[in-house]
Amino acid sequence: MILAVLDDSPAALDMLAFAQSLGQQVDVATFGGGDVDDLAKRGVRTLHRITHDELADCAPAASGDALAQLIEHLRPDGVLAVSSDAVTEAMAHAAAIAGLPLATNCVEVTTGEPWLLTRVRGGGMLLEEAELTATPALLTIAQGVSGDIGAGPVESCEVREFFPELTTTQARVVERASRGAGMTLATAPVIVSGGRGVGSADGYRVLEELAERLGGVVGCSRVATNNGWRPHSDQVGLTGTKVTPDLYLACGISGATQHWVGCMDSKVIMAVNTDPEAPLVRRATYAVIGDVHEVLPAVLAEINARSKT
Amino acid sequence: MEVLVCVKRVPAPGAKVPLTDDATDIDTRYLGHTIGPHEECGVEEAVRIVKAHGGSATVLAVGPPEADEQLRYAIAMGADRGVLVDVGAAELDPEATAAAIVHAVGDTSYDLVLFGTESADASHYQVGIRVARALGLPIVGGIKGIDIDDGAARLRREVADGVEVYRLPLPAAAAVKEGLNLPRYPSMPGRLKAKKARIDVVPYTPEPGGLRKVRLRQPNDDREEAIVLGHGADAAPRVVDVLEQIGVIT
Ligand SMILES: Cc1cc2nc3c(=O)[nH]c(=O)nc-3n(C[C@H](O)[C@H](O)[C@H](O)COP(=O)(O)OP(=O)(O)OC[C@H]3O[C@@H](n4cnc5c(N)ncnc54)[C@H](O)[C@@H]3O)c2cc1C
Ligand SMILES: Cc1cc2nc3c(=O)[nH]c(=O)nc-3n(C[C@H](O)[C@H](O)[C@H](O)COP(=O)(O)OP(=O)(O)OC[C@H]3O[C@@H](n4cnc5c(N)ncnc54)[C@H](O)[C@@H]3O)c2cc1C
Repeated sequence: MILAVLDDSPAALDMLAFAQSLGQQVDVATFGGGDVDDLAKRGVRTLHRITHDELADCAPAASGDALAQLIEHLRPDGVLAVSSDAVTEAMAHAAAIAGLPLATNCVEVTTGEPWLLTRVRGGGMLLEEAELTATPALLTIAQGVSGDIGAGPVESCEVREFFPELTTTQARVVERASRGAGMTLATAPVIVSGGRGVGSADGYRVLEELAERLGGVVGCSRVATNNGWRPHSDQVGLTGTKVTPDLYLACGISGATQHWVGCMDSKVIMAVNTDPEAPLVRRATYAVIGDVHEVLPAVLAEINARSKT
Repeated sequence: MEVLVCVKRVPAPGAKVPLTDDATDIDTRYLGHTIGPHEECGVEEAVRIVKAHGGSATVLAVGPPEADEQLRYAIAMGADRGVLVDVGAAELDPEATAAAIVHAVGDTSYDLVLFGTESADASHYQVGIRVARALGLPIVGGIKGIDIDDGAARLRREVADGVEVYRLPLPAAAAVKEGLNLPRYPSMPGRLKAKKARIDVVPYTPEPGGLRKVRLRQPNDDREEAIVLGHGADAAPRVVDVLEQIGVIT
């Protein structure tokens, strides 16, 4: 049996289909939640719901404890988990408790002895083929991976509540604040992003103006963050935010891999750069060769001129 | 406050990541190396905490003898001393790395142990969590704010819908993210101090864990070359045509 650890994100259902495509019976585990009618439609017979009053307010170690206990109780052949921050963190704790290896961010999996995997490294810079020798095999599956042979529907999905015994409840949440409404890099349809080529903090004014005009936000490269031109919350890339807007307008950004992996899944990438050989210019959908501070004001003027007619 | 920061020597490739002929590793012959940005923030934070609360900051790397370079960089930033766990050139899996760190820490007791966290889309969290559990320390990952007060660490992190703050009684551990602070560039006196600083070398023969790297490969990249819309300000009309066409101008 394979245990699929899901959260309530839509990506979790892709992960479930992927787990089912491995050809073994798949049970589901959640930290509370789980829509049994939907799971039955997806061919899941059993939902193991980890239930504990304090789980939500304890540090991730507690979720890891709970998961380790469930794994010990069920003894599955493999545990496949979604790769959200929270679930990955719980899986890492569970792996540490159980003394088992954990392969994160897998995109291809073949069960067996050993399990053969392909995992993503450096946010998408490289793929690694690896062998995992352990029972159960613990894996997290990269976002966006799905399987086309889900299982046929079953009549019903039975809920089995699992009550863990938590010992590590000392580390706790003491404060929570919700994010105000408003667009973020992760949700904006348009990102006007600037790098070293913008030249200064003041230089971003024209990017801000264009972003506002296009209903988007400003992003930046790590050089801009390190120079103190922009806050880190604007940074796109491996150690910033991974973005997927309709339009990524990259101004004065060369396109180092660590930046590229953060923006490569944008629908359209347009690069503005003085250097026609810059990697991002070559890999973009569209490119303009020129100085940011000449091109962007001209684009703004053109937009304004057209909106008047 | 005795603070330990674990840093890893990683290659810093440019636009392409070159592989060795047998594709088992990154070809680093022509690449520089660095410590990960998350860990750089960890070093900066340790230096600030020690300045505010007294004590000392130790940096530790598991890797080849060349990781000396990264430890000295951290010392130039203001850390007090370095520990190099010499495991030779091979890259270790997370279990083996964690075991090497635990071995080197031995009986030394630190009040706070800092690790880096991987970016949200490629989180490992593993090494820090494995070490913290082995040392019996509470740990939370993804941390972007640390306050030390009253025998505890208050750790702040961003989650999907906002911010969470955890209170961990010391001794404790945290896996931190870039954005925690803006790391300083090493000063000239810092660099001179780092040149002469003592680095303890701990030899260690790793036991492989259960995850074995077989081979690396480049992701497919079958993108077409970009369509050049023009040069300078003259390109503006064609740019706006494209913006209209993809529907981002309303
Ligand atoms: C482990 C690690 C993680 C990293 N994580 C990230 C990350 O998350 N995000 C990130 O961005 N970087 C990251 N980096 C840094 C990355 O390697 C690059 O250093 C960085 O992305 C370069 O930023 P840049 O493109 O702004 O600067 P540069 O590479 O210096 O490029 C500047 C570009 O601007 C062009 N230009 C100059 N003047 C003008 C002008 N007037 N008009 C138009 N174009 C002009 C130049 O031709 C050049 O192409 C990371 C590095 C490492 C080692
Ligand atoms: C921020 C970041 C940038 C990266 N940039 C690159 C890159 O430019 N090129 C590339 O090929 N790969 C890069 N990688 C990938 C990296 O080399 C590994 O493939 C990946 O991180 C494997 O996980 P890990 O073993 O490092 O453990 P993780 O669990 O990801 O490491 C977490 C933390 O554990 C500690 N740690 C891990 N290893 C050691 C060690 N040897 N010594 C001391 N402390 C350690 C560090 O504090 C680290 O931040 C990057 C990874 C990260 C996190």
